[in-house]
Amino acid sequence: MIPLTHYLILGAILFAIGIVGIFLNRKNVVILLMSIELMLLSVNINFLAFSHYLGDPGGQVFVFFILTVAAAEAAIGLAILIALFRNRRTINVDDLDILKG
Amino acid sequence: MNIDLNIAAALPEMILATMACLILLIDAFYGNRYRQLTCWTSIATLLLVALLAASDISTQSDVAFGGMYFDDPLGNLLKAAIFLSTAVVFLYSREYLEQRDIQSGEFYVLGLFGALGMSIMASAGNFLTIYLGLELLALSLYALVAFNRKSDRSTEAAMKYFVLGAIASGILLYGLSILYGLTGTLDITGVSTALANSEVNNQAITLALVFIVVSLAFKLGAVPFHMWLPDVYQGSPTATTLYLGSAPKLAAFAMIMRLLVGGLENFHSSWQEMLVILAILSMGAGNLIAIAQTNIKRMLAYSTISHMGFFLLGILSATETGYSASLFYVMVYSVMALGTFGMILLFSRRGFEAEELSDFKGLGQHHPWYAFLMLLLMFSMAGVPPTVGFYAKLSVIRSVLQVELVWVAVVAVLFAVVGAFYYLRVIKLVYFDHAEGEALIVESPVANKVMLSINVLALIVVLPWMGEIISFCTEVITSLAG
Repeated sequence: MIPLTHYLILGAILFAIGIVGIFLNRKNVVILLMSIELMLLSVNINFLAFSHYLGDPGGQVFVFFILTVAAAEAAIGLAILIALFRNRRTINVDDLDILKG
Repeated sequence: MNIDLNIAAALPEMILATMACLILLIDAFYGNRYRQLTCWTSIATLLLVALLAASDISTQSDVAFGGMYFDDPLGNLLKAAIFLSTAVVFLYSREYLEQRDIQSGEFYVLGLFGALGMSIMASAGNFLTIYLGLELLALSLYALVAFNRKSDRSTEAAMKYFVLGAIASGILLYGLSILYGLTGTLDITGVSTALANSEVNNQAITLALVFIVVSLAFKLGAVPFHMWLPDVYQGSPTATTLYLGSAPKLAAFAMIMRLLVGGLENFHSSWQEMLVILAILSMGAGNLIAIAQTNIKRMLAYSTISHMGFFLLGILSATETGYSASLFYVMVYSVMALGTFGMILLFSRRGFEAEELSDFKGLGQHHPWYAFLMLLLMFSMAGVPPTVGFYAKLSVIRSVLQVELVWVAVVAVLFAVVGAFYYLRVIKLVYFDHAEGEALIVESPVANKVMLSINVLALIVVLPWMGEIISFCTEVITSLAG
């Protein structure tokens, strides 16, 4: 049987990749959306692992809700992305610089 | 297992959810023929649910849906305040949206769903309810920020807000998942008892706490997690800025009360230190950077950051007096935010946004009444004595002094003085400078003018009842459920 820590380490690594992906990426907004999704999914691994080892179904129910909300979030993110592309003809992160000060 | 549903406790939310769906349909069928219908039905719905929530304030604390949902005075008070301020936002925004040809029912429907999310956060008794309320609010806000979809500023602000908001949600979830692993329950009361009874790993709890506090700081806009706030305030249509600046702060307070105070109060010494850092940095950076701004929306964004610093002072003192001081502060703040952004909306007209500080030059000569209202607002924001803003600042600083964090109080007062500079500068522009070019014109309907006057005058008229209001806040906090 795989011990709990392995799942938690996997979750932590994926979460870290998600965060680093957001902060290092300067090229493409779509990659930001992918990183966000990765963060949410790594949290799901945590919840599932804990839920299984604690024998409590609550965590698994939570995962269903996170998945649903993540889908809604991706939809809104892509919608904003399209609106952005129509106005600016670019989705380069470095070009998002009208607002500053 | 015997689960007590007690559905009646969530009556305001259910009415609001049903009406929001109905209004979406009404707008789809009659929106073009009767343009104002959506707005007025939305306002009427909000007033109705505010009344329902308010009538329930003094009742006993109760739980519903098997502990997922608290029905207590704090939740009801915040809900009433959230619904009322959303109704005021709709009233102020109507004309603005009309002038910019973005008057469509979606603004009101999204606003209603946002209000629903906030009210769910206000009574959440479980991590799941908190998360769902938070996301319902956040998703509505992303769309509202991008509402003027032909404007590149609006869409850029929305993208930034979306990415940082999503990071904040991810971080919050990670923290919650660790807490769940440690305590084996998602129930806030359950977490609190599990942490009090068993021997839990202190380091792991601190790790979870760091994640939770960081995400709360993101949502509040506390330094160093404030990057999104000025861009979003400046970039979004002013109607959305008004919405964003008022009611969600009340919801953030509710979330802090449920998560940090309700669930993790045993570890208050750990989160106290983190909040001290956040509060000091927010008050400092917010007030200092605001001085350099020329755009009034951006200046108010930095002012919001500093206000959130003051607001955290009450929470970090971790006493009942402190919580009630913060409750009072955040309510006063949302009234002030409604007033100031309402003022910007009042002077905006087709093809002109009154969003540069220089646009307000010479207001005193042309519109003495609005100049006076602006004076009241700025005095209240700065915390000058005859206004409620002063009592709000006084009560949070007093609560910090009671827990003997004297240096924090001294720093807070110093930064309040720094902040007074840029608020008083606005008053100088309004009264002592002459208008450059054309004077400001007010094209708003009478209802907006009357409401704005009531809104701003409330900052000074309530003074005789100050004692009652503060003791009411304390009463609400002491009867917290859970």
